[in-house]
Amino acid sequence: MSALSAFEAMSNTFYFVLVGGPLSVTVSLVMALLVNSKLVRFQSFFRTVYFVPVVTTLVAVAVVWRFLYHPRFGLLNYALSWFGINPVDWLGDPTWAMPAIILLSVWKGFGYNMIIFVAGLQSIPAELYEASRIDGAGGWQQFKSITLPLVVPTTFFVGVITMINNVQLFAEPYVMTQGGPANSTLSVVLLMYQQGFRWWNMGYSAAIAFVLFAIILAGALVQSWVQKKHSLA
Amino acid sequence: MKSIRSIILHGLMIVLAIMTLIPGLWMVSASFMPAGEASTFPPTLVPSSISFEHYETLFTRLEIGKYFVNSVILSVVITLISLFFNSMAGYAFAKYRFAGRDRMFRLLIAEMVIPAQVTTLPLFLMLNKVGLVNTYFGVIVAGMATIYGIFLIRQFALSIPDSLIEAARMDGASEFKIYWSVILPLCRPILVTLAIFTFLGTWNDFFWPLIVLTDDSMYTLPVALAILSGEHVQDTELMMAGAVLTVLPVLLVFLALQKYYIQGIMIGSVKG
Repeated sequence: MSALSAFEAMSNTFYFVLVGGPLSVTVSLVMALLVNSKLVRFQSFFRTVYFVPVVTTLVAVAVVWRFLYHPRFGLLNYALSWFGINPVDWLGDPTWAMPAIILLSVWKGFGYNMIIFVAGLQSIPAELYEASRIDGAGGWQQFKSITLPLVVPTTFFVGVITMINNVQLFAEPYVMTQGGPANSTLSVVLLMYQQGFRWWNMGYSAAIAFVLFAIILAGALVQSWVQKKHSLA
Repeated sequence: MKSIRSIILHGLMIVLAIMTLIPGLWMVSASFMPAGEASTFPPTLVPSSISFEHYETLFTRLEIGKYFVNSVILSVVITLISLFFNSMAGYAFAKYRFAGRDRMFRLLIAEMVIPAQVTTLPLFLMLNKVGLVNTYFGVIVAGMATIYGIFLIRQFALSIPDSLIEAARMDGASEFKIYWSVILPLCRPILVTLAIFTFLGTWNDFFWPLIVLTDDSMYTLPVALAILSGEHVQDTELMMAGAVLTVLPVLLVFLALQKYYIQGIMIGSVKG
């Protein structure tokens, strides 16, 4: 049983990291662009609102979302029904359980990265935009040629911390699914917890922790290598 | 043209803000619903009558006050102790010259990549050997100093002019006195930021207290809530009241001091 569930935990965690991470970074960047737009009033109000999920307690959030995802009484299925979408058993269906957890984690975390992106966007000198406007560049052109290239370093930073966070997925499956259904949300840390602290297989659990560390180290090295390559190019 | 775009943009931002807030609003609303009302179709958004029965149940039958107090005490104690150690270490890294200082600091920064979960198991085994498992001190000891905290303080302390420290030394102040009466007051803004970070982080922490505390009267609020929510799957309104109590303190601290909190994130992101 162990080898198989370790493999499942690994691939579930990769799923969460590789789909949830880029999604979260993209959402954060888009939200930062919105919040930072010159057209928007009450910027700090919106920033605060979008940031609120970040400071909330993950366990409490998971408890709340478990009910939002309820197949019959949950708000999400109710909202989807307005668009003619049939009820989905979010946490009971192996296909949908992980996407449901990803959605929750994007909601919970985007505000943090958004603030970092806002700091990055504000550090871009205004003269660049002015000069390009004089040269006749439109909004899209400016975004493509100024904003995007200059926000790349921030994106790497955000990418690394998001990855490190996501690899540690634990509380959401612990509270919402206990790793089910059919092990579809069993994460590496959850497996480590179950093996180490429920079944007292300390050696096995330590091995998982070591693999976890190796994955994070490899991920961080790859990202810093890509970053170096990028800054040389 | 510009005003139309502005209206669309604001509309979008408002819709997104509502989507962000809906889980929280529904949580508060459902916590006041009479038992069973959250499990109806179509879903009710506003309670038909305001009921405090779930909060009563939490405080009487489920004794949640106990967990609340545990969380408050642990969060405050860890915040104070770690501020003390982090500020001393950060100050030392910024202003003292000693062999291997920069190498040690770089090593610390590199270690930030190692997530807490990885070190949990060896830490647990060590605490087990010295008999600190299932004690409050076992929870505290893991949070007494943090790399991130040391880093924040160091970056801030670098900007303090050496001449101030030299002047105090000339006047015959002891090293501890310099730290306590010169450095700490100057570091106040960053200390406030770090205090908020630590308090929120400790309050919200789940993994470590779940592992170290085995006796259920010692649980922190998030641990108790997670365990209770497994036993009360059907009691939606009750669990929403529990979630409200868990989130409320951190939300209030954040809203009151958000300026410092946001600043802290921005400092941390400007190149380590």
